[in-house]
Amino acid sequence: MPAVSHVPCPVCGDFCDDIEVTVEDNVVTDVKNACAVGAARFLNFAGHRQMKPLIRKNGELVEVSLDEAIRRSAEILADAAYPILYGWSSTSCEATRVGLELAEEVGGVIDNTSTICHGPSILSIQDIGISSCTLGQLRHRADLVFYWGSNPWSAHPRHIERYTMFSEGRFRQSAWEKYLSSLGGILTRKRLQRAVNLLLGRRLSSPPEVEQGLPYTMFQKKRKMVVVDVRRTRTAEAADYFLQVKPNNDYELLQALRMLIRDEELDVDEVAGVPVELLEEVADVMIGCELGILFFGLGLTMSEGKHRNIDAALSLVRDLNQYTKFLIMPMRGHFNVTGANVVFTWQTGYPFAVDFSRGFPRYNPGETSVIDILCREESDAALVIASDPVAHFPKTAAQSLVRSPLIVIDPEPTPTSFMADVVIPSAFVGIEAEGTAYRMDHVPLPLKKIVEPAKTCLSDVEILQRILHEVRKMRGGP
Amino acid sequence: MQLGELMPKLKVSLLTGRTIDQGTGRERGKFSEEYERSVAVCQMDPDDVRLLGVRENDIVRVSTDFGSVILRVAKSARNPHPGVIFIPYGPWASLIVDPETHGTGMPSLKGLPAEVEPAPEGSLLSLPELLRKHFKKG
Amino acid sequence: MDIAISNGRIVEKVDERKAEVIDASGMVVMAGGVDIHSHIAGSEVNAGRLLRPEDHRKDVEVKTAITRSGVGYSIPSTFTTGYRYSRMGYTTVMNPSMPPLEARHTHEELNDTPMIDKASYPLLGDWWFVLEYLRDGLIEECAAHVAWMMRATKGYAIKIVNPGGPESWGFGGNVESIDDPVPYFNITPRDIIRGLCKVNRLLNLPHTIHVHTNNLGKPGNYITTLETMRCVEDLATEGKPAIHITHCQFSAFKGSDWRTMKSGAEDIAKYVNSHNHVTLDMGQVVFTDTTTMTADGPFQYRLYGLTGNKWVNHDVETETCAGIVPFRYSRRSSVHATQWSIGLELALLIKDPWKIYLTTDHPNGAPFTKYPQVISWLMSRVARKKVIKRISRRARRNSLLPNIDREYDFYETAIVTRAGEAKALGLKQKGHLGVGANADLAIYNVNPRLVDPSKEYGTIRKAFSRAAYTIKSGEIVVKDGEIVRPVQGRTFWVDIKLSSPMEPTEELRWKFRKYWTVEFENYPIPEDHLTASVPITVEARI
Repeated sequence: MPAVSHVPCPVCGDFCDDIEVTVEDNVVTDVKNACAVGAARFLNFAGHRQMKPLIRKNGELVEVSLDEAIRRSAEILADAAYPILYGWSSTSCEATRVGLELAEEVGGVIDNTSTICHGPSILSIQDIGISSCTLGQLRHRADLVFYWGSNPWSAHPRHIERYTMFSEGRFRQSAWEKYLSSLGGILTRKRLQRAVNLLLGRRLSSPPEVEQGLPYTMFQKKRKMVVVDVRRTRTAEAADYFLQVKPNNDYELLQALRMLIRDEELDVDEVAGVPVELLEEVADVMIGCELGILFFGLGLTMSEGKHRNIDAALSLVRDLNQYTKFLIMPMRGHFNVTGANVVFTWQTGYPFAVDFSRGFPRYNPGETSVIDILCREESDAALVIASDPVAHFPKTAAQSLVRSPLIVIDPEPTPTSFMADVVIPSAFVGIEAEGTAYRMDHVPLPLKKIVEPAKTCLSDVEILQRILHEVRKMRGGP
Repeated sequence: MQLGELMPKLKVSLLTGRTIDQGTGRERGKFSEEYERSVAVCQMDPDDVRLLGVRENDIVRVSTDFGSVILRVAKSARNPHPGVIFIPYGPWASLIVDPETHGTGMPSLKGLPAEVEPAPEGSLLSLPELLRKHFKKG
Repeated sequence: MDIAISNGRIVEKVDERKAEVIDASGMVVMAGGVDIHSHIAGSEVNAGRLLRPEDHRKDVEVKTAITRSGVGYSIPSTFTTGYRYSRMGYTTVMNPSMPPLEARHTHEELNDTPMIDKASYPLLGDWWFVLEYLRDGLIEECAAHVAWMMRATKGYAIKIVNPGGPESWGFGGNVESIDDPVPYFNITPRDIIRGLCKVNRLLNLPHTIHVHTNNLGKPGNYITTLETMRCVEDLATEGKPAIHITHCQFSAFKGSDWRTMKSGAEDIAKYVNSHNHVTLDMGQVVFTDTTTMTADGPFQYRLYGLTGNKWVNHDVETETCAGIVPFRYSRRSSVHATQWSIGLELALLIKDPWKIYLTTDHPNGAPFTKYPQVISWLMSRVARKKVIKRISRRARRNSLLPNIDREYDFYETAIVTRAGEAKALGLKQKGHLGVGANADLAIYNVNPRLVDPSKEYGTIRKAFSRAAYTIKSGEIVVKDGEIVRPVQGRTFWVDIKLSSPMEPTEELRWKFRKYWTVEFENYPIPEDHLTASVPITVEARI
């Protein structure tokens, strides 16, 4: 059976576009090149679907026609004084464009998942700017890779192989062989350590002897990887060096590095649980590299300090550019959260938390962001698409969300659709529907349609266009 | 430990985040067994597990200022991280994190002070049961 | 005289009984404005939008029954961009910086930019394929690949920015002159400019190579600009232009440092006046808070160093880079005031208005909404004097303007804001009111028989800010400065026909995978991705 190749994977921010999918009789039977999560998506997407539109009547969700569900959705939005339109990160840019038009039409607030993800990173970028690039730049040139508060092994499985350590670039070779040869050493050392601990009755998980300095590999002219995290993640195991930082102390560590790269003296012996002597070596390695990259994740955005942590990271990288070439990039989670930011920004000027209630776009995270609006109980209706806030919002916010009329557009049943008042099944974008999405580094790629969706599952674009059309009719417009 | 005796409580820092299992489990459907198993779990440093007097797969209660939730214990392979527990993103974690955004829009989902205690009488709810209990809808 | 319009074109005549009649007596009628260089769409522009919420807050557009809401000021959102251009009587705008890998983004934004026809120039000066083929002297292979790239990105012209700079910036470096070799590639900026100039001719493209010179923004760089213009002198044919130097003001500095910086406009004008192979656009500065954004990464980093303002950098693998820094031009700064003077000096000292066009390199010199002000300066010595009185003393002393009496008349203004640009771009149906032209018109409420622009520069400014009528493809879209009918506008691109079309070879695909992190099949933009695509077929010479 011929395989469809070059299929971009609609799961995480890596947005790998080299997936090969075999489709037989409209069923995906094989997937090549994808990671475990990507493969799971392609092979299982059809297995747990919302097939029919539903409306909650007398407390129970009952099947209705699509027309009725659309009409009811339009009613809810048109009648609301301050509706929320939330999600957008796992659908196409085309759908987001319609969503913005709809939000503007009903004078509501439109927000995307960056509000609980990299929103703080965006706030920081708006204050400081950012020295960044597309991922290929790193494949070709990066010889020092930091993963800070980010664990690609779990969240972006092919990141390291496609873009950093194990990729082959014009000016840099892959570090795969080096990793493989050291892997044996790592495993042996671990087993040996366990054995010794058992023998001596030590705690089984006692920390390894703190190394007196950085390993020699950190000073070689090859690709090197450093992981900074509060615990030794899988990515940390593969790193040349792992810096364990005390929880909620990233800000101090980043600022300390900023001081050290400028040759300033630190008055203390350790920062965030790391000895200053070690930090001085790390600073030297950073200045001494040819091109460094700092990837950071939610470890920075979500812990204490939030966007101030990112301020420090962005400033550190910016300052490093006085000595060498250094870049920074947030590890975006969903495959099109970047796209949501991009489309929001070109149409409204703002990347998330956009309020249309006064007839023009307003942006004030903390006021117009969805968690805050919900916690203050200011919204009176919501449309949720391509996301699952009931599963991921803090309880108070989720409870506020479900208390008002809730419309959910999703291909599958989720905790949010479980609580909804209207459920509209949609096609899986990137598999059953086309569109455009933006990778974590802002590179846009086309999403493919490789399987026909069920007749009851329209694309997000079509569903939203119909709702918009109904809303306009109700308001007596064109 | 006998029932009725004082149960130990461990003060910890709570982390939430992604795991591969949560990612693949989610692809099997949000109401699948794989997904529920992947997110209704509390990963702990093996020494903390021992201190608490429980074993892998026992039931514990994790509480913060914002709520409490019943979870299964798993020994973390990412040790050592004494004093830090990890709950994957999902409906269970969301019940106990801090909604305060400090004016940034972003709630506080990592590094929260929490307490863990054994809950031998507690039972793990299924996802629909959990949702009905906390949202009185559905 | 009367102008007849039918089916979107200017025709000989129409049946007046059936036609809608616009009485334009007492008003100036011009072709719709054509902007040859304005950053309005794409990843660099959008990063600028994201960077500056404070810029948007002070300037909002409320939704109406027929228009979408949006924000300004220096980097308006897409709908607002289209509306504001149209209100000024502009009907065609060229977006000059498109990183090929992110061309899809540019076109998606252009799709959401209503009212105007548009096109975009892919950045090719530092593309690895170009660097390698030119290094190896393979001009025809280079041309074939450039043709492929034009179609893949739906581009209009070859854009070159600080040739050699973006590739050097990949490791944090830059090039210092047009003979400074690019690290790792054994090629100089001179080779790149000459090579692409030859490619341009082989492909028969409607516009020349569009060049942002090396050493932009550096005191003394007027020498580099002269060298750049000279280096393709021998490649000019049939007295036609071979190179376009964009936003020339930024490349016309004399002096050796900021203290001694002064205008190099005289030398540049002298050269341009005696050579026919060059066209320029002004890149005029206006004293306001704005945002700089270019594909000149090293320059933008230097600007960050000078100002301490927030700085965005975005390197694009294999191809180019971009940088963004907010910037405020102050009349009290002798450097900024000199820059202000330079732009006008260029336009006034270059005798032939067909060689120099009005731009502010939006938003680098100023937002495009300032064009009417620039027009008033060109047309009125008094208006210029007013500004000169209040600028820094040193700049006033050094400025050539007090000795320049020339004032543009309406014809010259029409040339530098539409006719000249259309001609330079090879857009034969635009920029004029002859039969066969696109029915894109702007009617300004100023009576050339009664109003002396030299004295009533305020009237000029007002008239050009709000067109009495803007007509797009034969439809009235603006009346008295307000949108009355939203229209889509079209996207132009060059469809280059080679005598033997280039098939993607195995080698090309293999190289692709090595050079980029996206698949070859996912790179080109299909034509239906453009909402209203207008390919311009071009027969190449190869």
